[in-house]
Amino acid sequence: MAARRTTTTTKKADAKPSASKEELLHYYREMLMIRRFEEKAGQLYGMGLIGGFCHLYIGQEAVVVGLEAAAEDGDKRITTYRDHGHMLACGMDPKGVMAELTGREGGYSRGKGGSMHMFSKEKDFYGGHGIVGANVPIGAGLAFSQKYLGTDRVTFTYFGDGAANQGQVAETYNMAQLWSLPCIFVIENNQYAMGTSVKRATTSPDFWERGAAYGIPGEAVDGMDVLAVKAAGEKAVRHARAGKGPYILEIMTYRYRGHSMSDPAKYRTRDEVQKVREERDAIEHVRQLLLDGGHATEDDLKAVDKEVKEIINEAAEFAKESPEPDPSELWTDVYAEQTPQGEAI
Amino acid sequence: MATEVLMPALSPTMEEGTLAKWLVKEGDTVSSGDILAEIETDKATMEFEAVDEGVVGKILIPEGTEAVKVNTPIALLVEEGESADDVEVDRGSAPFPQDKAQTSEDQAAGGTQPPAPAQPRPSQKAEPEVPEGTEFRTQTVREALRDAIAEEMRRDENVFIMGEEVAEYQGAYKITQGILDEFGARRVIDTPITEHAIAGVGVGAAFGGLRPIVEFMTFNFAMQAIDQIVNSAAKTLYMSGGQMGCPMVFRGPNGAAARVAAQHSQDYAAWYASIPGLKVAMPYTAADYKGLFKSAVRDPNPVIFLENEILYGRSFEVPVLEDFTVPFGKARIHREGSDLTIVSWGIGMSHATQAAEELTKDGIEAEIVDLRTLRPIDYDTVIASVRKTNRCITVEEGFPVASMSNHMASYIMTHAFDWLDAPVLTCTGKDVPMPYAANLEKLALVTVEEIVEAARAVCYR
Repeated sequence: MAARRTTTTTKKADAKPSASKEELLHYYREMLMIRRFEEKAGQLYGMGLIGGFCHLYIGQEAVVVGLEAAAEDGDKRITTYRDHGHMLACGMDPKGVMAELTGREGGYSRGKGGSMHMFSKEKDFYGGHGIVGANVPIGAGLAFSQKYLGTDRVTFTYFGDGAANQGQVAETYNMAQLWSLPCIFVIENNQYAMGTSVKRATTSPDFWERGAAYGIPGEAVDGMDVLAVKAAGEKAVRHARAGKGPYILEIMTYRYRGHSMSDPAKYRTRDEVQKVREERDAIEHVRQLLLDGGHATEDDLKAVDKEVKEIINEAAEFAKESPEPDPSELWTDVYAEQTPQGEAI
Repeated sequence: MATEVLMPALSPTMEEGTLAKWLVKEGDTVSSGDILAEIETDKATMEFEAVDEGVVGKILIPEGTEAVKVNTPIALLVEEGESADDVEVDRGSAPFPQDKAQTSEDQAAGGTQPPAPAQPRPSQKAEPEVPEGTEFRTQTVREALRDAIAEEMRRDENVFIMGEEVAEYQGAYKITQGILDEFGARRVIDTPITEHAIAGVGVGAAFGGLRPIVEFMTFNFAMQAIDQIVNSAAKTLYMSGGQMGCPMVFRGPNGAAARVAAQHSQDYAAWYASIPGLKVAMPYTAADYKGLFKSAVRDPNPVIFLENEILYGRSFEVPVLEDFTVPFGKARIHREGSDLTIVSWGIGMSHATQAAEELTKDGIEAEIVDLRTLRPIDYDTVIASVRKTNRCITVEEGFPVASMSNHMASYIMTHAFDWLDAPVLTCTGKDVPMPYAANLEKLALVTVEEIVEAARAVCYR
């Protein structure tokens, strides 16, 4: 993978960010939660308990955990179909997410959405969208609503390096800057759009630079370093919250698993994957910071591992035991309840 | 305690596979993420990773074995220091018995579906839509629509309108004349020419609590945005299990205008009316434009409001009422008659009314039912009329194949077969792209002559 330096349009990279013991432990636990969740989801898929498409987030955990650390209550987020990590990172219940994967009544969409289509208004998570790039203007629309309503809440609009080549992304950049929308465009560049590497899909692989055509500032960020992601996120949030308009973060990350569960991943070598896992793994990075800084012992971290594993096992049990939706659910939620139509009918 | 490693399903359709190669051997220590084996699925050869950590105690299925069923134990993982022979197997992760995965193809082939519950029924109130003694004034469709937009924007601060040329230009078809002056640039927003993302921004704004009105300069351009309309606006309420809907209106002229040829003349009624989750209005009179538009803005669902450029300048009587609304799913008897029923909507009504006048010369009195909304459809009013007249034709400008007329004819034949004295005939636009030449354009649209002929045919006259 092409590791690029963090650069900005305006100045050199900020000083190396640091974090407290509590923060580091929090990031460690959150990232581990996502990884264990996804491993369990892969296992349940293998057992036939999860069907259809299932896109795992393993390897990319530092992106959402770092950006959630930069978010405040009421900020919005929306993403594409590789969405399990985003949901866990914004505080959605692993049980409800896993039960949606198994298509059960206890799922966030009561079994009617599946892996790619989950939402939580309570956590300001607006999906979970299955069409590549379609969530990008929707994210700008969420940002529009906040500006219209006079709040200072920002919207994190996540998409991949594949979606970055969609026409509606360019259309959205144009409007977002034109109207100064408080929208942070987060490009999770995991190097492969399904099986097509970035260099086979575009001659301008620095996606963050495309904002310059519209006057949107941006930068590339090391997505395997949760502290770097958080620092860049805070900068983008400051910009958007201050009413200065959108900001682009291109986060250089890597997925260890295939595009979806049925991807044999023949477009890259096992060595390439193994090298990232061994040398740049985001969880291992925080683990070393905790150990080297004397913030935690091996035993402390084992205790965290155990706790996380229990939560995930409970989620899996819930997802297996929750009943399938009642057949009557087929016909519900097609339309919202009718509002009163006025008197003069 | 040992953990069974099960043959994984590695694609949505895989039921069995070949255990091509073991990449670990008995006695090896593995941790989460290590590749255990290569497995050939129905699509490809995949690497299979360990989820749990442990020692490979026993390999149960040797490499090279074909047709290994999904969920068959293929290896045992034991803890450090244990032997595979003297451990109790943890079957906690054994799968549920489950039905064969049902693919969309299976469903399509399956054919029979449970009967749909009845569509929302229109209220059966017999009283007229406006109180007795109401004053009327003559207005064009354009003026009535403008008034409806302004009234709804006055009523609700969260209603805003966006689109190409809606603000400073005062509307490409002058529907938004004066709206910018009254409501200002915060709520009346000119956009770049960028239909796909405008539709998406509108959907996001609706998710975020606003009530957007998105104007398409014509619905022909909305084809660039149809993914957002269908996949994002219409389906989200269902996909979210009812948590999050998309209350907004997509509006603009639809269908043929005059001499603008194939790319600017298509009628999309049947396209949108086929999508569950959308509501679709296609009014004819100025009063219905006004009343239905106000209902559309208040509706908690995404509404497609199909207007017509030729009708914009037509004048009708509009009731003078402080808050006049017309409900969705309630057809209007435009003209009473006893000899046959003409079912129509939108600009089709214009041809239908002319044909009805012609038919009186032959002593044929047609009853015209204006559907007004195509989703939901007021089937009850249509069936009641057909039971009275025993004959029916439909009139629309859209293409003939997979048309709304096909749908109505099918419904009427299924639900009123015993009352019909003739097959339902459909009068539609022709099965050709719209030509430019004046004479050809006229031929491509549905004509009054064709309607009169169809009416005579079902009356056997």
